[in-house]
Amino acid sequence: MMHLVDYRNTDAVKQVPTRNGFGEGIIEAGAKDKNVLAICADLAESTRMEGFKKAHPDQYIEIGVAEQLLVAMAAGLASAGKIPWIASYAMFNPGRSWEQVRTTMALNETNVKIAGAHAGVSVGPDGATHQAIEDIAIMRVIPHMMVVVPCDSVQTKKATLALSEKWGPTYLRFGREKSAVITTDQTPFEIGKAQIFREGTDVAIIACGILVYNALIAAEELANDEGINCIVINNHTVKPMDEPAVVAAAQRCGAVVTVEEHQIHAGMGSRVAEILAQKHPVPIEFVGVNDTFGQSGDPMELIEHYGMGTNAIKEAARRAARRKHGSRLTAANTQE
Amino acid sequence: MQAPSSERLTFLLERANFVRQGIIRSLVSAGSGHSAGSLDMADIFTALYHHVMRHDPKNPAWEDRDRLLLSCGHIAPVRYSAMAYADYFPVDELLTLRKFGTRLQGHPERVRMNALETTSGPLGEGLAQGTGMALAAKLDKKDWRVYVVTSDAEHQCGLHMEAMMTAPKFKLDNLTCIIDRNFIQIDGSTEEIMPLEPLADKYRAFNWEVFECDGNDMAAFIQTTEKAKAVTGKPQVIIANTVPGKGVSYMEGDYTWHGKPPNKEQADVALRELEAARTRILA
Repeated sequence: MMHLVDYRNTDAVKQVPTRNGFGEGIIEAGAKDKNVLAICADLAESTRMEGFKKAHPDQYIEIGVAEQLLVAMAAGLASAGKIPWIASYAMFNPGRSWEQVRTTMALNETNVKIAGAHAGVSVGPDGATHQAIEDIAIMRVIPHMMVVVPCDSVQTKKATLALSEKWGPTYLRFGREKSAVITTDQTPFEIGKAQIFREGTDVAIIACGILVYNALIAAEELANDEGINCIVINNHTVKPMDEPAVVAAAQRCGAVVTVEEHQIHAGMGSRVAEILAQKHPVPIEFVGVNDTFGQSGDPMELIEHYGMGTNAIKEAARRAARRKHGSRLTAANTQE
Repeated sequence: MQAPSSERLTFLLERANFVRQGIIRSLVSAGSGHSAGSLDMADIFTALYHHVMRHDPKNPAWEDRDRLLLSCGHIAPVRYSAMAYADYFPVDELLTLRKFGTRLQGHPERVRMNALETTSGPLGEGLAQGTGMALAAKLDKKDWRVYVVTSDAEHQCGLHMEAMMTAPKFKLDNLTCIIDRNFIQIDGSTEEIMPLEPLADKYRAFNWEVFECDGNDMAAFIQTTEKAKAVTGKPQVIIANTVPGKGVSYMEGDYTWHGKPPNKEQADVALRELEAARTRILA
């Protein structure tokens, strides 16, 4: 049981930024373990470290606008037993600090936790310089790195707590804008365990982050209006990805759509494609930013413009379904 | 800690000579690696492992040990050789430098040998990590110290400058940065490639306590570390003026030896020179 809210009822769905979940999560993590530190690079309010600063002033460290230092210094603290959460905008950390992440966190195997805030085009008016849409790609290629992209603020809190207790270098990605809260306190969460949020048999929609909500709405409409029944999987852990869940979904539906607020190249969907190409090849359609940069605008306007709205997901599902039937026909013809 | 007696000083000088011989042997065995900086830091690494630092080779994970970070990981041969001659591992293991399966990677990897404290090589990263470690000691009210060895050219890295700005903010008087000031980098003289001077003034402006000494003078270096330990409320930097390639006549002062090893014949000459120098130390 996933204990989701009734997301079909738009009025019942609360809108809360995922970053708020991070802010609540680290306060609790810091209370549970005094070795949990929050290190801030001049973005306390917007990354939601401010509450931690008030709750645990002795565990809070401010280092100014220095993202490379943020990572390397945290690695030093971690090697002496601390559990540092380091927060900035995803564009700057890990965007600016990639080599420090690779060397001092991953190769050096230190227990540093990156909180990448303001990820995706939904940052909105700040524009392309501040919209990280390549961060999943650069993190998931690093050995040892865990990459988690929760679907809403409630799950972001759970992920923050779970990652605080799980040893290893990690990247937690979340956004700025208010987004639909679809999970509840009762919804289970386990790192590395994908969640089936909706059952179906025709197309498997595998999504992460705030677009899981769009995927659910798209699936509802496809089922009601067109008789296309989609599984919707909340694939929150991009690394290590839940391979059995991905393969099982592809086996059941025979067609897949991936959905992420990220470049379609080398992101979560690409990992799904890597798995399925090897284990169970099926038609895959990718929903995400297609090899371009963002721009200023209203967050939801940008999600639509860059092809990640519910209509774009529905269209991708139809394409995937058509390709599945097309390939079956081709196979049947070949046999004749 | 006391200044070394003359007997002790002779012991240390002979150790440093062995360390240099270990560097030459490991580099010629590896067939690649960095000679000049490794040789010029032999006296300092010997002093750190045999006189300055609190550590236990038989218990490298000792929680209260002083931490030694080598930021400029490319001079790993001097650290490995100094560790071998301080009984961290057998001297013969030096001949595995840079070979498949070795713990003695071309650039240091902590995961392969915990006593290395960090993984290093990408320049400019050591002081930032050392700052984190020193801060952890302060948070936990521990009295262990952190020593970070950096090259001079690393001061061209922005990250190193970020750490220079940060350590004084947290009053990390348990942190000592030691600069291998040999004035060379791969492409030539530091002052031609990207001038570092006035280096001491840069640290003073960033609120560090600044010391300078001859990095190839064992007694002078040890005395300087004592002064550094006595400083309160500020991190300290020791600008150790060194001669690149120190101890091998044909390498001394020649930047072209920054990133290459001696061949067999050159190594034989170097080892003969070092053995002659050892005889003079003991006399």
